[in-house]
Amino acid sequence: MSYAPKVPSRAASARPLAIRLRGVVKRYGEITAVDGLDLDVPEGTCVGLLGPNGAGKSTTMRTLTAQAIAEEGELEVLGYRLPGESKQARAECGVVPQLDNLDTTLTVEQNLIVFAHLYRVPRRERKAAIDRAIGIARLGERRTAKVDKISGGMRRRLLIARALVHRPRLLLLDEPTVGLDPQVRQELWALIDGLRSEGVSILMSTHYIEEAERLADTVTIMSHGRAVASGRPTELIGEHVGEGGVVEVYGPPSRLAEAEAEAQRAGFLTRRTGTSVAVLGLEGANGEPPEGQRRPSTLEDVFVLLTGEEVG
Amino acid sequence: MSSAGVAAGSAKSERRLGRLERSALQGVLVREVINFSSYWRGTTFSSTVEPTIYLLAFGFGFGSLVSEVGGFRYVEFVGTGTVATAVLFASVFPAMFGTVVKYQFQRTYDAILAAPVDTEELVTGEALWIATRAGVYGCSPLLVAMAFGLDPSWGMLAVPFINFTAGFGWASFGISIAAFLNSIDNFGYVTSGVITPLFLVGGTFFPIDGLPEWAQIAAHVNPLYHCVELVRHAVFGWEGLTDLAHLGAIVAFGLAAWRLAIFGMTRKLVD
Repeated sequence: MSYAPKVPSRAASARPLAIRLRGVVKRYGEITAVDGLDLDVPEGTCVGLLGPNGAGKSTTMRTLTAQAIAEEGELEVLGYRLPGESKQARAECGVVPQLDNLDTTLTVEQNLIVFAHLYRVPRRERKAAIDRAIGIARLGERRTAKVDKISGGMRRRLLIARALVHRPRLLLLDEPTVGLDPQVRQELWALIDGLRSEGVSILMSTHYIEEAERLADTVTIMSHGRAVASGRPTELIGEHVGEGGVVEVYGPPSRLAEAEAEAQRAGFLTRRTGTSVAVLGLEGANGEPPEGQRRPSTLEDVFVLLTGEEVG
Repeated sequence: MSSAGVAAGSAKSERRLGRLERSALQGVLVREVINFSSYWRGTTFSSTVEPTIYLLAFGFGFGSLVSEVGGFRYVEFVGTGTVATAVLFASVFPAMFGTVVKYQFQRTYDAILAAPVDTEELVTGEALWIATRAGVYGCSPLLVAMAFGLDPSWGMLAVPFINFTAGFGWASFGISIAAFLNSIDNFGYVTSGVITPLFLVGGTFFPIDGLPEWAQIAAHVNPLYHCVELVRHAVFGWEGLTDLAHLGAIVAFGLAAWRLAIFGMTRKLVD
């Protein structure tokens, strides 16, 4: 089943922005959840908003639908200024929330009928829109099943189908595969990747590095409400960790502490990964790295270096 | 923006999305109507059987002691009065509990507000739906009273509309309670401290002119009393300006509760 967005994507160089945030600040009492965030999502691309829990990803997502109102900053979604023109923007966006909010006593099809109305799909197009959404989510056989009788993976697919029923130009995915088993996660990746390749602009928040690496054209890493790095995954790796690879040193805790101190003395960056010490920045330092297993640098290395937090 | 982006943006802004749009209200109502198909039996049962039991218990139990009140047979007096309490119960409780369930447990409102629907439209749609249901359910005591000898009259045709108007106010009141109380556990305070007294001094089961003066004054700010009076007059004969005043009181209550509900839910739903 093909998904054709209403506005075709354009060449990367001339791409207008589906989302443009500048200096966005959102506070909850004493806590500053989003602290001067800049973010661009060029039309027709998938941007991954990567960050540890509590980095401000979900709050950022809520500001984009005006369910949270930013105290400061400029927000534009699909050319509409928020929060004043948020309703127009929402009419052309699809939102997949982190927490399932389907109507569980309704059938798969009834959930889509409700949202076809809420998203103002004209009456004559409604049936085709619902059929198309069911096709994208491959839920044809469970069309008349009640939502509380279908699996968690199917419910996630239905949430995505629900967000696509009006053929939005922009899809906002908040932690789309959190809590799902690996097989279901891969099914969803295939679905999201299909949408991206057909030109839908996507902003996807996630704390799964692999998800961002596989799906996102560019990644913005958030920490404490700010964007601490932004770019293509390979660029970020080159810029922050170096492409010379990483040495992982395994051993008992005393050996790890020793290797860490030794590597730091020699000018290497290090990070603990729970069971090992990763020695990074191999091409930049003077000395020899400690003995260990060599592996390529990853986005995870960048993430941990910049956010100071292990992957969730 | 590129030409493509600008073109799409300006085409939309020609029909700039405003407030209280029909399509947004329709979306909220369609969701309720489709959901209703899965729970209508239980709701219809409780909303019609409960007032009927009140009517029968008071009409025949109390009616065996008192044959006439205010110039009406007691069963007719209670039959018309119970219409207004049926509307109260069929609107205020579904609004209170439904709002909490949809806001807190099912997160339905989060899903709806991500679509092009504002809190004002969401609250209005919910109140309109509950009012419609209450408008219909509220007629059940009247039908039961007719089965026990209440004569039909043309004015009865106005009763569903009176019910709808009062139901809209009570539904908005219920949504406001859900919006301002932080926990469903606190609903007991409102049920016992507000709704039960309103229910008892609404003139449903006995005329309020037998009450102490302060209670009579209090009854006049009770929207239920105005609804009870209006329904009785619709059935037994209109009373001109008095009824306009009753209608005005119900409408004023509805408008105030509606705006309060929108204010409260905006605070709750939009951070």
